[in-house]
Amino acid sequence: MSLQATTWQTVGPFFRIGCHWLNQDNLVGEGVSGERVTIQGRVMDGDGAPVPDAMIEIWQANAQGRYAHPEDTQSKLLEPGFTGYGRIPTDGDGVFRFTTIKPGPVPGPDRKDQAPHILVSVFMRGLLTRLITRIYFPDDPHNATDYVLNLVEPERRSTLIGKRVAGRPGMLEWNVVLQGPDETVFFELGL
Amino acid sequence: MNRIAGYRPLYPGTQPELLHSPYVSSSKRAPTKPLVRMPFTLSEVTGPSIKPEQVQPKASDLTRQHSGEPIGERIIVSGRVLDENARPMANTLVEIWQANAAGRYHHNVDQHNAPLDPNFTGCGQAVTNERGEYRFVTIRPGEYPWRNHYNAWRAAHIHFSVLGPSFATRLITQMYFPGDQLLPYDPIFNCTADEKARNRLISVFDWETTIPEQALGYRFNLILRGREETPMEEK
Repeated sequence: MSLQATTWQTVGPFFRIGCHWLNQDNLVGEGVSGERVTIQGRVMDGDGAPVPDAMIEIWQANAQGRYAHPEDTQSKLLEPGFTGYGRIPTDGDGVFRFTTIKPGPVPGPDRKDQAPHILVSVFMRGLLTRLITRIYFPDDPHNATDYVLNLVEPERRSTLIGKRVAGRPGMLEWNVVLQGPDETVFFELGL
Repeated sequence: MNRIAGYRPLYPGTQPELLHSPYVSSSKRAPTKPLVRMPFTLSEVTGPSIKPEQVQPKASDLTRQHSGEPIGERIIVSGRVLDENARPMANTLVEIWQANAAGRYHHNVDQHNAPLDPNFTGCGQAVTNERGEYRFVTIRPGEYPWRNHYNAWRAAHIHFSVLGPSFATRLITQMYFPGDQLLPYDPIFNCTADEKARNRLISVFDWETTIPEQALGYRFNLILRGREETPMEEK
């Protein structure tokens, strides 16, 4: 039997009433190991204006590089205090902020490990489907050989890499730019 | 290690284009550069789940979240979450939100001058059972005006959000009602080229789930992307 996947529709302007109960901007539970990092950024539209009615969702592995999911059968340690899931709305200035740990490397499609990365879904009024993107970490030596980063034109890769914030150790800036010369790279799943 | 089994490609035309000019908000928010196609990796075939105890049983009855009963026509909205291979998607989170019977959202941005209902917030959650079934009791939402174009009205709808078994299966959509005269004029409903795919967003009136002297039943199934067959282990 073969069905067709349901058509997406926009989340619209009022999703907060239905989605806020699951908001989670601190992914780090008690006793979780790894390097703490706070990622902050802004969602900006085609006019460069902040988007106050957006939401992002986060999915990532733990510091060992293991996903809290039955399909990840690696022998790496799971940590009960870390599910890897976050849901964060933007505020009135289009800003989102969440605290997590830098994930460990996970297997890639080329038998090499992928560079540490965080998956991001972006939702908002005006988007008829979600947008899919990734956050990578600055100066990580694995970035140069990461399979997915290497699918992207070199001049656009920087849109996927968080930037250190001067005077704020443990903080990265990473923005979602919907249009224009600095447009964030968004992915489509499946070759 | 084994190669990762990905998900079946989406049928052309069955999903909206990102830029759909009749829906004005998409013009400044839809990306202009082509999406970068990438293979499925372990990151995308895993994904979040929630524990069933995170969702209270009463969260699926939107008519009993306050001290009094909401105004409007009670309805039962139920259905199954399946994948494209018709496998039931058990233990997955289904979230809904909607306007009240007068067409007003319980949200400070909604300035439509229809009344708020102190007994209706308009949001609910449910977790599917082993057969992939969910069920909500709610109020039939009203149509409402919006400022997309002159005399623009949204067809009555309920927003649905489903996590599914992996990052790849995430789905957010809207359910509509059969016979709604506004459907041909609603640019959001019409953002998908394929007419059959679009029409599957319209729920089906259902005697079987209708409760005598209590509430009409509507059926709405949600189909998530289906898995490709597991590839052979690489030699």
